[in-house]
Amino acid sequence: MATDAKRKAELEEKLRDWVGADAGSCPAPDVVNGQMIRHWCAVMGDSNPVYQDAEAAKNSIHGGIVAPPAMMNAWTMPPFVPPWDDLAAEATDGEQELHQLFEQYGYTGVVGTDHDMEIRRYLRLGDEITASKVVEAISEEKPTPLGLGYFIDVRWIFRDQNDEEVGSLLFRTMRYQPAQEAMPVSSAAVSSVPTRLPPPKGHDNAWWWEGIDRGELLIQKCSACGVLRHPPRPMCGECQSLDWEPEASAGSGTVYSFTVLHHPQVPGYEYPLVVGLIELDEGTRIVANVVGCEPGELQIGLVVEAHIEKVEGGMKLPFFRPAR
Amino acid sequence: MTAPPATRLPPTRRLGDVHVGDELPELAIEVTPTLVIAGAFASRDLTRVHHDKTDAQARGLQDVIMNTLTTNGLVSRFVTDWAGPEAVVRRLHLKLGAPNLPGDTMKLTATVRAVDEGGAVVSLEIAGTNAWGKHVTGTVELVLPKGV
Repeated sequence: MATDAKRKAELEEKLRDWVGADAGSCPAPDVVNGQMIRHWCAVMGDSNPVYQDAEAAKNSIHGGIVAPPAMMNAWTMPPFVPPWDDLAAEATDGEQELHQLFEQYGYTGVVGTDHDMEIRRYLRLGDEITASKVVEAISEEKPTPLGLGYFIDVRWIFRDQNDEEVGSLLFRTMRYQPAQEAMPVSSAAVSSVPTRLPPPKGHDNAWWWEGIDRGELLIQKCSACGVLRHPPRPMCGECQSLDWEPEASAGSGTVYSFTVLHHPQVPGYEYPLVVGLIELDEGTRIVANVVGCEPGELQIGLVVEAHIEKVEGGMKLPFFRPAR
Repeated sequence: MTAPPATRLPPTRRLGDVHVGDELPELAIEVTPTLVIAGAFASRDLTRVHHDKTDAQARGLQDVIMNTLTTNGLVSRFVTDWAGPEAVVRRLHLKLGAPNLPGDTMKLTATVRAVDEGGAVVSLEIAGTNAWGKHVTGTVELVLPKGV
């Protein structure tokens, strides 16, 4: 754990230097051309004549063929380096260098999360586009459903051969440490079995989920004043102490309040879904699903007991059932 | 005077034809390995997670995932198919969520949220939904010819 924290601090020190840094300039290797437009339109199923039909385009408001607007950053993507080429290991610009840094520290996952593009003018055949990129921001490490990750904002400015700005893009990507090994799922099964979202395990709450994995329902107890709290958090709300210890709960309690969710239905859950606020006998409350009874039978004050059960995907969760 | 439109240029919706609350006809996109991989290559995105299943699995994903540029291209086509060939896309602001994996179907929907008469700008709220939830949500701004 100590080495993990040290490595994280080391990475974050390096990341600070990247915020505000120039992430490189990418001149498009090809001028805006009909071949790439044709491939793009074929894949997207886009039959808009202004992209491919010279006569129709000439008579349109564009006065000639234009490139599909969403292609803006396709022109300036880094050139292809074959993976068997030694150059593949070398970053071709600052942004790639930054991504390689994340790879080195185990943040091997990458997904785009936000893509905000403004198009000042449509590109015409023969335009020569260059993108200049700046790293605008890097978030703190955050727990996400995919794993612990950092959000990176890169601003792209696109300019043409006359140095006129033709568009801009704010692209946010997330680099993450994959939370679990992927199971080789057949393509057919992928869309048929969505599961519950795995719990985000961060610095302040991973210990609680590890307890659940061992079959223990734990409660966080302030070491200074003894007050219990849930969900886990770093500071005691009563005395502001940062010292705490885990205490095992017997798992019995009563329904303090509940709600029954019918809609919207999120894949991975069974509906109607009963979400209970359970007052544990030890004296704090916990939110969990109540199972083992019809939603209509549920009442405030009902005596319930905790069961830690395995759900799809192998993770464990606490559920409450009416006490026998 | 403007030149007469070519016979092959279909009509474009005019600002006066569009009203807040109008819904676009839904478009279902079958996500196949071919679409994901061809989309990545058409957008010159050679990131391995978009074409190499082994690499995708090493990163905690079940299969190759659609790249952002392909999503942009599909959303852009979806709105201009509805608006017509001379609608001009001014802004594509998309938030990406659940990945688009082969074997899934993404349903694109959109609703007109604002019509700015002065700037001739129509704002559409779009969503692309697959079996996992929202793959993409966001706003597309289009400039349309004025009048009706």
